[in-house]
Amino acid sequence: MTSASDLRDLTIAEARDELAAGNVSARELTEAHLAAIEVARDLNVFITETPDRALADADASDARRAAGEALGPLDGIPLAIKDLFCTDGVQTTAASHILEGFVPPYESTVTENLRNAGTVMLGKTNLDEFAMGSSNETSYFGKVENPWQREGDNRPLVPGGSSGGSASAVSGRLCLGATGTDTGGSIRQPAAFCGIVGMKPTYGRCSRWGIVAFASSLDQAGPMTRTVRDAAILLGGMAGFDPKDSTSAEMVAPDFEARLEGGVRGLRIGIPAEYAVDGMNPEIAALWDRGKAWLTDAGAELVDISLPHTKYALPAYYIIAPAEASSNLARYDGVRYGHREDGEDLTSLYEETRASGFGQEVRRRILIGTYALSSGYYDAYYLKAQKVRALIARDFHNAFEDCDVILTPTTPGAAFAMGEKSDDPIAMYLNDVLTVPASLAGLPAISVPGGLSSEGLPLGLHLIGKAFDEQTLFRAAQALEYAAGFDSRPHRG
Amino acid sequence: MTLIQGRTGDWEVVIGLEVHAQVTSKSKLFSGASTEFGAEPNTQVSLVDAAMPGMLPVINEKAVEQAVRTGLGLNAQINLKSIFDRKNYFYPDLPQGYQISQYLDPVVGKGEIEIDLEDGSTRTVGITRLHLEQDAGKSIHDQDPRKTLVDLNRSGVALMEIVSEPDIRSAEEAGAYVEKIRSILRYLGTCDGNMQEGSMRADVNVSVRKPGDDFGTRAEIKNVNSIRFIRQAIDYEVRRQIELIEDGGEVDQETRLFDPDRAETRSMRSKEEAHDYRYFPDPDLLPLELEQSWVDAIRETLPELPDQKKHRFVDDYGLSVIDAGTLVAERKIAEFFEAVAEGRDAKVAANWVMGELFGALNRTDTDIATSPVSAAQLGQLIDFISDGTVSNRLAKNVFEIMFETSDDPKKIVEQRGMKQVTDAGAIEAAVDEAIAAGAAQVDQYKGGNVKVLGWFVGQVMKATQGKANPQAVNEMLRKKLDG
Amino acid sequence: MAVDIETVVRVARLARLTVPEGDLETLAGELSNIIGWIEQLDEVDTDGVEPLASVADIKLRWRADEVTDGGIPDKVTSNAPDPQNGMFSVPKVVE
Repeated sequence: MTSASDLRDLTIAEARDELAAGNVSARELTEAHLAAIEVARDLNVFITETPDRALADADASDARRAAGEALGPLDGIPLAIKDLFCTDGVQTTAASHILEGFVPPYESTVTENLRNAGTVMLGKTNLDEFAMGSSNETSYFGKVENPWQREGDNRPLVPGGSSGGSASAVSGRLCLGATGTDTGGSIRQPAAFCGIVGMKPTYGRCSRWGIVAFASSLDQAGPMTRTVRDAAILLGGMAGFDPKDSTSAEMVAPDFEARLEGGVRGLRIGIPAEYAVDGMNPEIAALWDRGKAWLTDAGAELVDISLPHTKYALPAYYIIAPAEASSNLARYDGVRYGHREDGEDLTSLYEETRASGFGQEVRRRILIGTYALSSGYYDAYYLKAQKVRALIARDFHNAFEDCDVILTPTTPGAAFAMGEKSDDPIAMYLNDVLTVPASLAGLPAISVPGGLSSEGLPLGLHLIGKAFDEQTLFRAAQALEYAAGFDSRPHRG
Repeated sequence: MTLIQGRTGDWEVVIGLEVHAQVTSKSKLFSGASTEFGAEPNTQVSLVDAAMPGMLPVINEKAVEQAVRTGLGLNAQINLKSIFDRKNYFYPDLPQGYQISQYLDPVVGKGEIEIDLEDGSTRTVGITRLHLEQDAGKSIHDQDPRKTLVDLNRSGVALMEIVSEPDIRSAEEAGAYVEKIRSILRYLGTCDGNMQEGSMRADVNVSVRKPGDDFGTRAEIKNVNSIRFIRQAIDYEVRRQIELIEDGGEVDQETRLFDPDRAETRSMRSKEEAHDYRYFPDPDLLPLELEQSWVDAIRETLPELPDQKKHRFVDDYGLSVIDAGTLVAERKIAEFFEAVAEGRDAKVAANWVMGELFGALNRTDTDIATSPVSAAQLGQLIDFISDGTVSNRLAKNVFEIMFETSDDPKKIVEQRGMKQVTDAGAIEAAVDEAIAAGAAQVDQYKGGNVKVLGWFVGQVMKATQGKANPQAVNEMLRKKLDG
Repeated sequence: MAVDIETVVRVARLARLTVPEGDLETLAGELSNIIGWIEQLDEVDTDGVEPLASVADIKLRWRADEVTDGGIPDKVTSNAPDPQNGMFSVPKVVE
């Protein structure tokens, strides 16, 4: 195990074992990835590369291991960090001009947890500005490219979003795993587009402290990896109760890896009727059918369930998320940090700083959110959406009386070409139609590669679990992963 | 009802007050930074208070307890479930771009308090609600000619906003209301009530109407920081509104500022478009839920509050309502008074506390807590009067010396020979001397002019340096002159 | 409900975002489309439904009243665009 590309093909679980066996050092692993990052710069995956920090982290890890003080399964594992996590002393931008040059004097709880677990930070990955987008085309620091291309077609494709940089990095073997954040599908949709595993834990499982907020009631950090096992290991390093986050669940995170191999025999898999919408892409419908067959073959039982308000999840989401965002983003005013346009008076300082600091999609969502909360419209939009959200949560609650996990496709289609949907906001929003309901209900969900489209692009299967039952979710995902046997690698043209 | 005379007849004044009271707590409402007054700029600021990206609020249990305690002290409904909302607006001293406050579901609902007026009457004023909210930072406009500077030390300090019903009808009542609120908060220990340091300030809503009419349009005078200013602001604003309406104008619903130098209010120049605060529940926080048993436990620890104490002083001690109101305004004074009154004539005790003691404290600008005369010492002095050790008149001199020296009255009286002369022989000798010296006055007395007795008393007192017991002197004189 | 230009101006003002005159009409159109699409929520019967306060089925935790933070003025102002005497600065505000 000496070739650099072999090192980059390791899963986290394999790397852990190789590190423990002394077959490889954290420095070797890290150098292999740093070299690959340099070569792959045209994908525009990273906003900030941190090679010096990475090598220092790696050397510290190797020193610990040499001293017999290795910290656990993640010690020495090179990771990419979505540039929405504040990192002490390292620029954190949220892919926005308004935060360009912002260097937090603090570390987010999730990345602090990962540091304490001994991981190596390779850099900060690109994303849609303030995590608002499904294609990673809204970043101030440029679009991210998907390492995959359609067969016989070398047009660049989007990696999905908002965690597009992290997804591309994992898929392109630029790191062993990455952190993402998911508000309406921002981990799962890019995972599906890039042929990797992306997992959104239960709301409250990972601390939000130090993550640049988009929509506070929905934002949740999660792992992006190449295998289900790796997702379980990485989540273990990220999760945990944090007294600094009032919405953090006061419970000890279980060993997510422990029951991975339990199989799905006897597990009840819910198949929601409402997800089989007319006009569903036949490839996606076929993928879903394959997923059902794989799970039943492995001994699970399919249960027809109903989630009657599914159709309304997306419009409710596009009120709630922008409303919260309009308030969360009020702090970017040019006064205390970040970009500032010096105006002649206070109002012009505010208006010009924010108009030039935020990109088009962020401005659009701030306006929608402001409108939805404004006097005379609050009841009709925001309150209505929160009531619909309550109904959606209730739908899931009822459905989980009859099943243990729910299986759906992750996205309505495969990765699309850059620019293909960027002129039509609603067409773009529809990318999240299958992932948003679980977000609104705060439930854990995971996307697992399920195969390739006729164009040779990865497609994802989506499992939704009960609140704080990530273990069952991982177990079902592992069964799906085994059955799918997805071993395709990104290819160009 | 207090009415104001205008050119077109009488006007009724309608006032509602929003008192912002800083919660007494060590740390801020949603962060662990200190609340201490007067620190260097931005030294009492956490990353949460500065609204750094990704920072989150965590609520201070003490602030919740203090709000509930205050609610109980205002005889108000405690809401077991309340919601923190965001009030969205842009201002440099508001780092988040929103203030975390409570809008539709405050922690405390309706209550009422009694206010004491100068004529000894009382009125009940309704409390609409009390809610918790964050204070803003401080904008400093006078340090730089072209810039406003922002210090966030106060940003995030817990405030209670106490909203009254529009039950107040005069500047005097408004002053009495704020005094009573301050008194209650101090009794409860939930706010130090220090208006100079900004621990308490009020927004004053003022409107006028013809008696019996609907409410008029109100103006809100923001951030008035003394009771005197509240009265002045109302007086000015009432005159302004009446003149405006009588001249055919209309009152604008607007925010105004009080200028203490000119004792007038003026429209705020910085007001922009009508405010639209876009309140919505703060998604970083969950609903604030209280256990009834926890609320009950706080109720158990409430001290006797000023109104209860006032009624008890009237009932048990026979004090007038005005005197009782004066004595209970501050908890320390009430306690001092009760210590003096214990086992003694309460009215005499009240007169000494409100007369000589208050006079001396005022003269020397001293607080009751650091009074040179203790309650026990004042009690001893009153005992000396009642047992005849010192005369009433001399007692005042003794008190002066006590206040200067902090000595016990016993020591003063003994060392300075101020003890009253009750010895019959000594008095008789002085009386005889006076009668002998005043043949003309004796004739007048015998001729029916009993007033001349006073002359004899004066002579005796002079001879005894004021120490003779006046009653004994009187009796002796009458016996000798009538006999 | 169609979002008119006047509404865009008002909302942009509330959000402190300048919108160039020339973009107003396009933006009003876009927002109208999105809001129109969102209005399918009107089909849902939500009578008697409590709005969701939080998906997290947990109680609000209270922290002890202790001074655990502050004393970091350099960190607080380390990213400030124009700090003055340890404070933030903005163009002069007249009240």
